[in-house]
Amino acid sequence: MELSTVWFVIIAVLWTGYFVLEGFDFGVGMLLPVLGRGGDAELTEKRRRVMINTIGPVWDGNEVWVITAAGAMFAAFPHWYATMFSAFYLPLLLILVALIVRALGIDYRPKRDEAQWRRNCDLAITFGSTVPAFVWGLAFTSVVRGLPINADKDFTGSLLDLFHPVAILGGLVTVALFLTHGALFTALKTMGPISDDARRVAARTGVVAAVLALVLLVLLGTSNGNAASWVTSVLAAAALVGSLVANSRDRNGWAFLGTFVAIALAVVTYFLMLFPNVMPSSTNPAWSLTTENASSTHYTLTIMTWVAVVFTPVVLLYQSWTYWIFRKRIGTQHLPATSSH
Amino acid sequence: MDNLDLARWQFAITTVYHFLFVPVTIGLSAVVAWYHSAWVRRRRPDDLRLAKFFGKLFTINFALGLVTGLVQEFQFGMNWSSYSRFVGDIFGAPLALEALLAFFLESTFLGLWIFGWGRLPERLHAACMWIVHVGTLLSAYFILAANSFMQNPVGWRFNPDTGRAELTDFMAVLTNKVQLVTFPHIVTAAYMVGGATVMAVALWHLRRRDVGADAPMYRRSTRLGAIVTLVAAMGVGLTGDIQGKIMTDVQPMKMAAAEALYETSDGHAPFSLLTIGSLNGQEEKFAITVPSLLSFLATGHFDGTVQGINDLKKEYAQKYGEAGNPMTRDATYTPNIPLAYWSFRLMIGVGMSAALIALVVLWVTRGDRIPRARWWHWVLMATPLLPLFGNSFGWIFTEIGRQPWLVFGVYTTQSGVSPSVSAGDVVTSMVVYTLLYGALAVIEVKLFLKYVRAGAQPFEEPPKPDHHDDEDAELAFAY
Ligand code: HDD
Ligand code: HEM
Ligand code: HEM
Repeated sequence: MELSTVWFVIIAVLWTGYFVLEGFDFGVGMLLPVLGRGGDAELTEKRRRVMINTIGPVWDGNEVWVITAAGAMFAAFPHWYATMFSAFYLPLLLILVALIVRALGIDYRPKRDEAQWRRNCDLAITFGSTVPAFVWGLAFTSVVRGLPINADKDFTGSLLDLFHPVAILGGLVTVALFLTHGALFTALKTMGPISDDARRVAARTGVVAAVLALVLLVLLGTSNGNAASWVTSVLAAAALVGSLVANSRDRNGWAFLGTFVAIALAVVTYFLMLFPNVMPSSTNPAWSLTTENASSTHYTLTIMTWVAVVFTPVVLLYQSWTYWIFRKRIGTQHLPATSSH
Repeated sequence: MDNLDLARWQFAITTVYHFLFVPVTIGLSAVVAWYHSAWVRRRRPDDLRLAKFFGKLFTINFALGLVTGLVQEFQFGMNWSSYSRFVGDIFGAPLALEALLAFFLESTFLGLWIFGWGRLPERLHAACMWIVHVGTLLSAYFILAANSFMQNPVGWRFNPDTGRAELTDFMAVLTNKVQLVTFPHIVTAAYMVGGATVMAVALWHLRRRDVGADAPMYRRSTRLGAIVTLVAAMGVGLTGDIQGKIMTDVQPMKMAAAEALYETSDGHAPFSLLTIGSLNGQEEKFAITVPSLLSFLATGHFDGTVQGINDLKKEYAQKYGEAGNPMTRDATYTPNIPLAYWSFRLMIGVGMSAALIALVVLWVTRGDRIPRARWWHWVLMATPLLPLFGNSFGWIFTEIGRQPWLVFGVYTTQSGVSPSVSAGDVVTSMVVYTLLYGALAVIEVKLFLKYVRAGAQPFEEPPKPDHHDDEDAELAFAY
């Protein structure tokens, strides 16, 4: 296999890692006002803290997947990085703002013991989780559909080109998928009433996600699909349905695994639709960025391959270990009276 | 202002802002790890209290370092897409390595440290913070390798077919001679910030009327901070001295700009501590100078020759093409002289004044003395800021002094900007970042001061790892 193809795969893996991991903590953030609601202010606060604590030790590590994905695109496909990041200028700005307020919402929430402060932080977390969930879906769908790109590999369109109805549908699909993923994560990691509520929410959002995703995959599949992408689309749909079935039988672990696999396969489907392009040009197919014409030199890719081959397993190992350390379910009874953080 | 100016301002503002949190992260992670291991080793409750106290300040700061870093990672593609295309083959690799080798390490092990009380075996738990620290150093190493390439391009060639720079020797990029002195200069400068923060915070508590039985703890901490600051300052001075010589070698114009030296000096060039005048080579109303010091800084000899701006301008023009070359907007090949001149002095002056304060603090806290004068309050408020601003001025000097080049001698700043991004977009992001960063600064400073004021919390025996067999036991240290 060409090294540039290897790197196409590695970048697909990095984005997959990002969406399956950060996907559930986006979901938890979006569900904060829904699941984090009890009969009174005290219970509401406790439930929110339980939810935030489920992602507490891991959300930052999850976010590094996107940094690595961006860095790897820069290193392996400088043109891809340059074209995509300058084309999505304002959407990326929005994502950055969202990620900034979200991170600070999570980190600074326990640092002041005032109701208003916590409300503001909750708002930041929910806003900061919803916006990237939508915009990433929108952006990747636009990339797959193709954008106006000239012979110099520069984007020539405007903001409107990014907001095609299908792309908007793509954004809605990621939101619905991450909501379900986050709800199933909450169901898995908590105990008592929150866990039960989370399961019920997942049952509802899961159906919405399944319907929307089906429409999207058929629409995109007919315009951009190939044999392989149809296979993964079908498998992704099957995993999602399997997840919903498992959820209805109260099998939290299997249900979460289901959305995990479904999201992973959806990302794989997108990358299969792209290949061998990385950013198709809708202006002239000859001007598309491909794994060949957008890539770095063989020398750079060789070095990067060695590093990735050696260190990615190490990262996976210690990140999995972290999940193992924090494997216990938590409930409101575990919370100390005040967060000591 | 055109797109270029806006993109430059945006880069300057966001990077300087990012680098307000970076040195604190590097410095404080070492301090927290130190106290945590000390607790594990000698079981002195004060060490654990201090580890948690500075740990809290550390996490408040880290959060902002993280989010402002995200902006940096995306910014090359958003505002500097031509540059990203041109150097991606070389420049992208250290960025990707930084994320893979350093950022995963930092974020994962910080999560483990924050939530690890009572869940990890003690030694392993303390080791987590050391791993975070190693992560910050790795991160600094890789990103500085990228920056050093821009200061002194090595291990590459120009490919005329693609019009891009290509990597030919990765080890050369990682062991760039500029990099080898920049890295220790930056790390020691960061330790100065960490040391000065610990010193100032601890002494502030030591001076409190109600310090009571905590006095010995805060005294030890004050003195530890002072010693770290002093030792680090020596490292900063030593490495800075070597940097001056290497800089004169690879970017002579930067040294000339640092002194606003227009005419070549054939030996014993004086170094001016300050100048009142226009710095345009015309009139000099008043200057305090130290004889021969510039010669020494630049060459290592008191009678070394230092080239002046006017000669260098001619030399650069010959080497890189005559004025009017489309690659160079600023056909004079000179950076902003007053900015370079003053930022160089402020780096040394403002930064090193922290070392002076550390020395005085060691003196006034000897034995069981406590400095009581009212003005200490104001000195202590300023102390952590001095090396911090020293860092900012150092970067402003280094980056301004490189202009008009983005990659020195190869690629100009104006060629690097994104062609497809509209002025409206850049203005929008500028306004958004300015407002957001302003608000974040207020929130962060308030929080930081709140926790500084609260001081080290009373000792509590940390839960033992086996404690979690009890299903309903409370979690330690949760959000
Ligand atoms: C000398 C050190 C140094 C320098 C020059 C820079 N950084 Fe930085 N950066 C760090 C040292 C650091 C750090 C110490 O590793 C940080 C600071 C606080 C933190 O969270 O980690 C960090 C955080 C940080 C993060 C968040 C990491 C995370 O999620 O844990 C990103 C994406 C970047 N940086 C990217 C950049 C880029 C693209 C830079 C160039 C313009 C840059 N940094 C300059
Ligand atoms: C090590 C990583 C860094 C890299 C790769 C880097 C790269 C760059 C780039 C691409 C620009 C924009 C082009 C330009 O305006 O010249 C720039 C400018 C600038 N950077 Fe850096 N930089 C780094 C670190 C820093 C840090 C940490 C600071 C300050 C704390 C800093 C301060 C500045 C300033 C003030 C400018 C504006 C100079 C000008 O436009 O005249 N840089 N740098
Ligand atoms: C005796 C004192 C010092 C000397 C001689 C010195 C020398 C230098 C020189 C020559 C450079 C430019 C390197 C280049 O562009 O190639 C530099 C950069 C820098 N200095 Fe200093 N410095 C001193 C003190 C300090 C202090 C006290 C601080 C902060 C606490 C500091 C922080 C920095 C930073 C952040 C940079 C920019 C990054 C770099 O290129 O290393 N310096 N210093």
